[in-house]
Amino acid sequence: MYEFVRGPLVWIAFVGFFGGLAYQFITMARLAKKDRVVFPTFNAKYGLRSLLHWVIPFAGVNMRMRPVFTLLSYAFHFCVLVTPLFLMGHAVLWQESWGIRWWSLPDGVADTMSLVVIFACIFFIIRRLVRPEVRNVSYPSDFLIALLVMAPFVTGYAAHQQWLPYKPMIIIHGFSGALWLLAIPWTRLVHMLWFAFTRAYMGSEFGAVRHSRDW
Amino acid sequence: MADLQDIQVIDRGVDENIAKLTPERIERTINRVLTQESAARLEVYMQTCVHCGLCAESCQSYVSRNGDPDYAPVAKVKDTLWEMVKRKGKVDGEFLHNAARIAFIDCGACRRCSMYCPFGIDISYLIMTVRRIFNLLGVVPQYLQDTTNSHAVTFNQMWVQQDDWIDTLMWQEEDAQAELAGTRIPLDKIGAEIMYSVIGPEPKILAQLIANMAIIFKVAGADWTMPSGDGWDNSNMAMYSGDFETMGRVERLHWERAMQLKVKRVVMGECGHAYRGAVYDGPRWLGWTKPPIPMVHAVEYYYDLLKSGRLKIARKIEEPVTVQDPCNIVRGRGLHDKLRYVVNAICEDFRDMDPRYEHNYCCQAGGGLINCGPPWKLSRMKSNKVKAEQIAETGAHTVITPCHNCHSGIEDIIGHYKLGCHVSFISEMLVKTIEMPEA
Repeated sequence: MYEFVRGPLVWIAFVGFFGGLAYQFITMARLAKKDRVVFPTFNAKYGLRSLLHWVIPFAGVNMRMRPVFTLLSYAFHFCVLVTPLFLMGHAVLWQESWGIRWWSLPDGVADTMSLVVIFACIFFIIRRLVRPEVRNVSYPSDFLIALLVMAPFVTGYAAHQQWLPYKPMIIIHGFSGALWLLAIPWTRLVHMLWFAFTRAYMGSEFGAVRHSRDW
Repeated sequence: MADLQDIQVIDRGVDENIAKLTPERIERTINRVLTQESAARLEVYMQTCVHCGLCAESCQSYVSRNGDPDYAPVAKVKDTLWEMVKRKGKVDGEFLHNAARIAFIDCGACRRCSMYCPFGIDISYLIMTVRRIFNLLGVVPQYLQDTTNSHAVTFNQMWVQQDDWIDTLMWQEEDAQAELAGTRIPLDKIGAEIMYSVIGPEPKILAQLIANMAIIFKVAGADWTMPSGDGWDNSNMAMYSGDFETMGRVERLHWERAMQLKVKRVVMGECGHAYRGAVYDGPRWLGWTKPPIPMVHAVEYYYDLLKSGRLKIARKIEEPVTVQDPCNIVRGRGLHDKLRYVVNAICEDFRDMDPRYEHNYCCQAGGGLINCGPPWKLSRMKSNKVKAEQIAETGAHTVITPCHNCHSGIEDIIGHYKLGCHVSFISEMLVKTIEMPEA
């Protein structure tokens, strides 16, 4: 089983992840042509201007209105992207399998970053339950998605700490990670792909067409 | 929980027409709009929204109703479009009754929420898609549908006949001449520099605004004209009732009239949605990327006249004033700085609202809301308590509203919340303050 997780499953996850994103992207490009206003409206300068204002913490009014959420959300997104890519354990696997060497995070830092992801997911779940405006628009799938994102970090952290037998834990970690990657193109996690496009489109509408600001 | 009084409002245009629908027609219509009339934007927005609720506080109705979650922008999409998609168009009359109220009354399509959504999801576009579905179902608030019918039949919003139109212009010309000798309202002057267009309610109920503008043009020495035939009305309620075919016809005629008169630009009166219709929604529907000749909003025109010295202020207004930022010319054109330049030029004591510029709250009257008429007035008032508080905080005696919808909406708010101030268009203040030439 470990060999499966270590080998084919990784391939399945990556092919599924990149293939899914590519499929979504191509489908959407075709739909964007059908939606007559999309391409004529896109504007690089104003699209980037908007993106910039929404990737810099506290550059937008809404971010300044809720500092705790903003900080946590930025920390979460940073850690959720960076930790799996630069974790020492993963770096070893990259090198062993494909001979790719790259920079990796010190263990302690990676541990903290995993905890940030886990804590943020718990916070998001509690926020969904507690805030009426969020609870009102929350479906079971929203909670499942948060748990799905949390799962590889919980299992990875638990495996690293060796709280439970290492091998079974790593197998579960592998499966949860694969499931997470495979789910991204087909769930609301696809905002990872669309964020730049929706933002750039709105930035173009506000900047190039309407001569105003959208942050 | 949505307001019980709002839920119980019976609007003949909505409820009597829902009663006539069959489940097959509802399903067919919804799916037609979702699959044939919408594409990438709808699809991406539906996939991307993570249900985070960060848009909630952007909406004046949510804030005014003490954080009732049903009034958050995302909830308005959930209770309309998400359900239609989820149930694949198989929705019933009760659902439609509720969804029509949300789409036509609870959202002013002001786009403030797009500036609060981290993804920049165009929530107002999603609500407009719902309105499109309702239009194709023949379910539109009665008063709003009446204005759309008027557009379809007469090419203006208020059933104004051509003889009435010309008569009104002649009457206003005489009135203007009483103020400033030699003032004219030139009709159909081919090759004039400017075509001036107004919205239907001006000749119908606010005719003096046309005389004001004639005086301003006279003082500025402008070369201008107005059309005597259809196409003079730049307003477009069909845009908000979801009747995009009629919207397109109205905008096409407006621009055709300007082209026939061979003018260099169209200057329009103080209205917001008319700007949106003429510059964005109309041209886009017609397949143009932009209008054939430039459209200049009154605020921009006043700014140019004051800045270049073609209009000079003789005496400033002393009482305290504040200004409403109309969505379609501020969030929709970035005119907030020019607006403040004009206001400061005319008034001694200008007190800005907070929040302001693109972040100013909506009037809860534009986007076709006030055109839905008396059955919905109380709902509009409840949804804009925050505007009343905003105005009261400034301590202003006059709220300057360079948009007809803002003007009427804020007038209602002032009355309902007994704020004791009044509203004014800029042209009304300009004719009182500018230096008039010696007769």
